[in-house]
Amino acid sequence: MTRQDMVTVTSVTHEGQGICTLRFELDRSVMPGQFLMVWAPGVDEIPMSASFIYGEKGITVREVGTATKALVACQKGSLLGVRGPYGNGYQIEQGRGLIIGGGTGMASLLPVADFIGDREQVDILVGARTAPELIFVERARALSEEVHLSTDDGSMGMRGTVVEMAAKHLEKKRYDMIYACGPERMLQAVLALCEKKNVPCQLSLERFMKCASGLCGSCVIDGLRVCADGPVFQGQQLRHLSEFGIWKRDECGGRVKL
Amino acid sequence: MNPLSTRVASLELANPTMLASGMMGETGASLVAIAEAGAGAVVTKSVGLEPRKGYENPTLVELEGGYLNAMGLPNPGIDAYREEMLVARGAKVPIIGSVFATTPEDYALLAWKMQDYGAAAVELNLSCPHAKGLGMEIGVDPTAVRRIVREVKQTVKIPVLAKLTPNTHRLAEVGKAVEEAGGDGIVAINTLRAMVISVEAKRPILSNKVGGLSGPAVRSIGVRCVYELYETVEIPIIGVGGVESWRDAVEYMMAGATAVQIGSAIGRKGLSVFQVIVQGLQEYLEREGLENIGDIVGVAHD
Repeated sequence: MTRQDMVTVTSVTHEGQGICTLRFELDRSVMPGQFLMVWAPGVDEIPMSASFIYGEKGITVREVGTATKALVACQKGSLLGVRGPYGNGYQIEQGRGLIIGGGTGMASLLPVADFIGDREQVDILVGARTAPELIFVERARALSEEVHLSTDDGSMGMRGTVVEMAAKHLEKKRYDMIYACGPERMLQAVLALCEKKNVPCQLSLERFMKCASGLCGSCVIDGLRVCADGPVFQGQQLRHLSEFGIWKRDECGGRVKL
Repeated sequence: MNPLSTRVASLELANPTMLASGMMGETGASLVAIAEAGAGAVVTKSVGLEPRKGYENPTLVELEGGYLNAMGLPNPGIDAYREEMLVARGAKVPIIGSVFATTPEDYALLAWKMQDYGAAAVELNLSCPHAKGLGMEIGVDPTAVRRIVREVKQTVKIPVLAKLTPNTHRLAEVGKAVEEAGGDGIVAINTLRAMVISVEAKRPILSNKVGGLSGPAVRSIGVRCVYELYETVEIPIIGVGGVESWRDAVEYMMAGATAVQIGSAIGRKGLSVFQVIVQGLQEYLEREGLENIGDIVGVAHD
């Protein structure tokens, strides 16, 4: 069982436009790709990928709704409830890895590069809509010899999507595993690319979540629970799902277009 | 003959384990996944007339002895649920449709739709401990329960099960009311009203403040309730509350349960819990030299 612990925010770092990282002490082991249920008392509780898993743990938040607004408003000393870690995390494979991150999807991926711990063995592609939304660029450069940037509007790095950049990159270089996180449409494109190039991939999904403990079924995609069977899925698991890239569930459990 | 085959009302189960309502039952595909994991039958999430969001998070607190939850009956509404039932029917086990409402007429309408969608039985949620005006607020009143069960029985042909709350001193009376109204079985127990307060945040953790406690912490209460009901009614009882192992299942059955439902253990033990319990029951029967699991039902009574 995983306790609900209250933690004190030790630092708040601005990462990009409307995006910040909160660090806190949490004496639990967290694997790359796992997530925490983070409670802003009196507001809401939401799943957040761990963006820092060594030393002080961290989450990286982008303001999109009430819960994230409360998290972004946190200061050093703020109290947050934390339960978890939950989920399976990435299975880090031997050999050379490629990380493909879209927007705040980078948050769950940099712990993969931390874990690999070898600048020669992991390359990182960072994408966002626009330059101020590119995050963790310096951190990526510290972890990898080869870091490339893309923005949809061309305001920094290559102009275009991170998947278009990945397609070009895969013409030149072979990888043993691709790790990706970002909007589901992007992940769908990553999967298609990986199948074309015959490279295995692991993709981290996001769904509306309630219990996070594998019980309530709020976060299912087809019959799989994103909280317990995921959030990271092997490419071949996702290929056969009828809902991947198309449907998600709303708070009532009804099917809605992604 | 399959030593674990179990009959509940007119339902034929390959083994006496069932998925409890509220777990994983939001989508048809997850009900199929649970059936494939070894459950003898599956119960859907409780569905009402209209779509319902449920409560804001936090909706769950993990505790040493189980879970405290107040999901708030989220569901897409009975009309949208048709699609899930179509998928769920791909499971090779009976699907039991769980419904909640405020009036006998609405319960009957929901039950009729579940029957129409192919449910093998309907389970009336008369016991949700944390939804205002719903569930438990009805389920503690024998007269109200009698009316609801009678109305549903007059409307559908499939078996009607009533899920009861332990949050009352009138459990036996309510159970009797189900039987007198023609109910085909009783499911006991739903969760117990409970609260957890964060000492640091100085407030209850659940957004709804009060929730329902489930898991091993409530097992001995469930066993006592089943035992008492068994002395009061003749209709089958399905035991639920903290079943995590074959021993727990046997305990409920000795108290008088014909079958057991499993919920919290899915989170605590994983989906394999069904198969592990079924295997354990099989070995138990072999050790005891019993022909059918039904032989132990109610043996704890004088």
